[in-house]
Amino acid sequence: MNGPSRPNSGQDISFTFDGTRYTARTGDTLAAALLANGIGLVGRSFKYHRPRGIMTAGVEEPNALVTVGEGGRAEPNTRATDVFVYDGLVAHSQNRWPNLSLDFGAIFGLAGPVFSAGFYYKTFFGSAKRWMFYEHFIRKAAGLGNAPREADPDHFSQRAAFCDVLVVGAGPAGIAAALEAAEAGKRVILVEQDDILGASLIRDPQELDSAWAKESADSIRAAGGHILTRTTASGYWEHDLVTLTQRLAEPGQVPANGVAQRLWHVRAGQVILATGFIERPMAFPHNDRPGVMLSQAVRTYVRRFGVCPGQRVVIATNNDDAYLTAHALKEAGAQIVAILDARPAPAGQAHGFTTFNNAHPLATKGSRHCLKSVSGIVDGITKSWDTDLLAVSGGFTPVVHLHCQAGGTLEWHDAAQAFVPAQSRQNVKTIGGAAAPAPVFSSAPVVPAKKSFVDFQNDVTLADVDLAWAEGYRSVEHLKRYTTLGMATDQGKTSNMGALARLAEKQGVAIPEAGLTTFRPPYTPVTMGLFAGAAAKDAGAHKRRLALYDVHAAKNPIWQPLGYWFRPRAYPMTGESLAEAAMREARSVRTAVGMTDVSTLAKFEVSGPDAVKLLETVCATTVGKLAIGRGRYTFMLREDGFVFDDGTIWRIDENRYLLTSSTGGADRMATHLSYVRNYLHPELRVSVVNVQEHYAGIAIAGPKAQSVLATLIGEEPPRHMSTIAARIAGVAVLVLAASYSGERAFEIYVDARNAEPVWAACETAVVGTGGCLYGLEAMEFLRIEKGHLVVGGEIDGRMTPHDLALDKMLNKAGGFIGAAGLTRPALSEAGRRQLVGLEAVEGSIPEGAMLVTPDGKSPEGHVSASAFRIMDGGSLALGQLTDGFLRHGEELIATSPTRGQRARVRVVAPHFYDVAGERYRD
Amino acid sequence: MMQIICPHCGPRAQTEFVYERTVDSVAPVSACNEEAMQTLFTRGNPRGVDDEIWRHTFGCRAWMVVTRHRVTNEISNIRAVGPEALP
Repeated sequence: MNGPSRPNSGQDISFTFDGTRYTARTGDTLAAALLANGIGLVGRSFKYHRPRGIMTAGVEEPNALVTVGEGGRAEPNTRATDVFVYDGLVAHSQNRWPNLSLDFGAIFGLAGPVFSAGFYYKTFFGSAKRWMFYEHFIRKAAGLGNAPREADPDHFSQRAAFCDVLVVGAGPAGIAAALEAAEAGKRVILVEQDDILGASLIRDPQELDSAWAKESADSIRAAGGHILTRTTASGYWEHDLVTLTQRLAEPGQVPANGVAQRLWHVRAGQVILATGFIERPMAFPHNDRPGVMLSQAVRTYVRRFGVCPGQRVVIATNNDDAYLTAHALKEAGAQIVAILDARPAPAGQAHGFTTFNNAHPLATKGSRHCLKSVSGIVDGITKSWDTDLLAVSGGFTPVVHLHCQAGGTLEWHDAAQAFVPAQSRQNVKTIGGAAAPAPVFSSAPVVPAKKSFVDFQNDVTLADVDLAWAEGYRSVEHLKRYTTLGMATDQGKTSNMGALARLAEKQGVAIPEAGLTTFRPPYTPVTMGLFAGAAAKDAGAHKRRLALYDVHAAKNPIWQPLGYWFRPRAYPMTGESLAEAAMREARSVRTAVGMTDVSTLAKFEVSGPDAVKLLETVCATTVGKLAIGRGRYTFMLREDGFVFDDGTIWRIDENRYLLTSSTGGADRMATHLSYVRNYLHPELRVSVVNVQEHYAGIAIAGPKAQSVLATLIGEEPPRHMSTIAARIAGVAVLVLAASYSGERAFEIYVDARNAEPVWAACETAVVGTGGCLYGLEAMEFLRIEKGHLVVGGEIDGRMTPHDLALDKMLNKAGGFIGAAGLTRPALSEAGRRQLVGLEAVEGSIPEGAMLVTPDGKSPEGHVSASAFRIMDGGSLALGQLTDGFLRHGEELIATSPTRGQRARVRVVAPHFYDVAGERYRD
Repeated sequence: MMQIICPHCGPRAQTEFVYERTVDSVAPVSACNEEAMQTLFTRGNPRGVDDEIWRHTFGCRAWMVVTRHRVTNEISNIRAVGPEALP
């Protein structure tokens, strides 16, 4: 069935389909090329594996889904009607085994009644185990293409744009609107999903033709407008933002400059939708056979691609438009066997065609590959015709998707039997065929419902709609979910109206009263890569480097992510494991001295006459009593009274404070401080500056820390919880005496740009005194043994100050955020989880384990952090336990089913080391 | 994605902003305990216009109150807050 007038302008190129090589012309869609090569069978249907051919010539195609391309570039579920053939294109059919012609899955078609609407729910209602067994086979049998396993080698880009007028759709109406706006001096973007403008003018040349489209495009460009082809307006969002997906290469094609697609965010002053309409099929038994095609699609293949999909054609219609198809076919040399017109009287377009009025198709016969005959009812009498192509036109559905996504309403257009755009709250209007579809004759012919397909992509028949109705699914939304109608890649573009009409008929109401399902973006499928854009692979998240990154990297540590940073977890010596290295480092701190990088801690400089007022709003402890040069531990509450962060406050000067808090909560704390300063207390005379990365921080801890520091600064180190300004290696530093490890310890803060010489001097002194560097793992061992808290571990957002035994530190004067929340009665009732220590009686305590009583069934707490006694050995942990303060001495089981570990533990106070705190005081 | 007119920077995409909370969820600093909890936990959820606290986090970082219709997303007013916006 090669067409009579293949355009001479194109060149011959080759492609393969299921491994066989064919020839196409440049400008062909894959569908056109397959038809030109006489290929009728293109795919198998989703559920019943019925043989399917090409039904449409546009993005609405439900049947002809193929996988295009190879390896990571493969694009499954590509509509053969929406890919333009390039030399070397490789396409494969889908959902068939072992091949398209002989598909064992077709057995599902024989079992049709079993697989009717809702069959998943009805058939597999047994135990979950049975479902797990069946699911495997169902997933294999029912389906679309397979996602590629390899990474996509191509890039996807994103771009933002602004314009006065965005015109969607370059048919005659869209081109005219874009031209008018451009010539009026407006910034115009015209988008078209096809690769040419005014394609419908090739199908139906009028007084306007393709030459006019070309001239107009030149004028639009000359006036500064932009025209994007192969670009789909896929989503309409708030405030007239439209997302465009632009193909820079066809599916599976190697892109010329590495970028396969581009996602546009276009903020438009006004949006003009000239999106046209989609032709509807007709429902009758076996209407899904290869060789049954939409009427306008037939005309498109004949006139645009020079491919005549049949030689003996029957046309079924309820409108005038299909007669244009008859003319086009006649010009192409095909024979019009009969026109079945549903309308009761001749409409005046017959032009010598054999036309039957009050006629409707009833069934088709044929093979897997082609159509052989069509039967129909004419005035109640059944007739039959031999044919190889049935062109159907059941009316026209305006493309209102973008209008609806923009929040617009629809109104019923009775003459066209279709919904058209009505009101919109955004600055959008619809023009052309989408606003005024052609009139059709409305009739509900009586045909058997079985095998009368409504939704070709999801194998939903009239019988399924009827069954859903019979089983009580009244709402169109329920109908959709029960039958899967309108789902998958085509989103019901050809099917929704047919099903809706049937539902309305069942309900005995007019179609508009039956309702519509929601139109959601995207209009056509969008590749996930577009959303990631450039933020893929290593660019997915930003990496922040410590000021001393190079110094650490030279020592080849084990890295650990913490907040946005990577920090050394341990510095293993040759042959050491992480645990061995961490234990050696921790012992060095306990017995001599160690140093570590604490630069990532959140740091804020709060200054001004009202600094104390701000800090006493944010912090739940007192601040005002601090003398200059002194510091204290503090913690912060949410408004509901729960602790969300902790840290230290240092009074550097009369009206100048340094606040530190957790690394992981740094962003949250910065936002919180900004909120309090700007929204709650704009009247305060205070400045809050985030100095987190301005300072690098070095902690030196251990019994020898005092003498190491004295050597480094050449003066007496500050007393515990005191701070002094000093110099190390000639660089100005701030020295804070605070201990997280439980040993005498100092934190040295230095301008990050000058950190290296300070670190080098400290390292020389520490190592020279028999100490070493330590990482986060050793720090965990040290702080757990000491019973110090960590944000995210013990401070998990569910603990009050009382639960964490911090309540004695609360500012008695109140006035801090969370003070009111703490007064809620439930926060002081019995039965709350409280902080406890846990000592292993037998076994090693798994982190994250549940705490249960030996005879208990439900967990009464959990292990938040576990470690080992650094000097003596033995497993210990911190945890949260219901009424834990009153249960010291009790034995429990710490069990972690996910790790398959358990231990017997004894509840103790959460301090395992130097309970009196003598080691860090002076 | 909405377009929000930052009082300092002009019209910007919503992705530059972070929504914080509604104005009516913030108790006055002087509120008594009961009033503060009432404000925090029992608040309006109007199908209509509401005052919301937003921040131009990925821009100038300033705070503002956005008066937005929660169905149509129509923004009828944007007011800067902070020390600079005090009378």
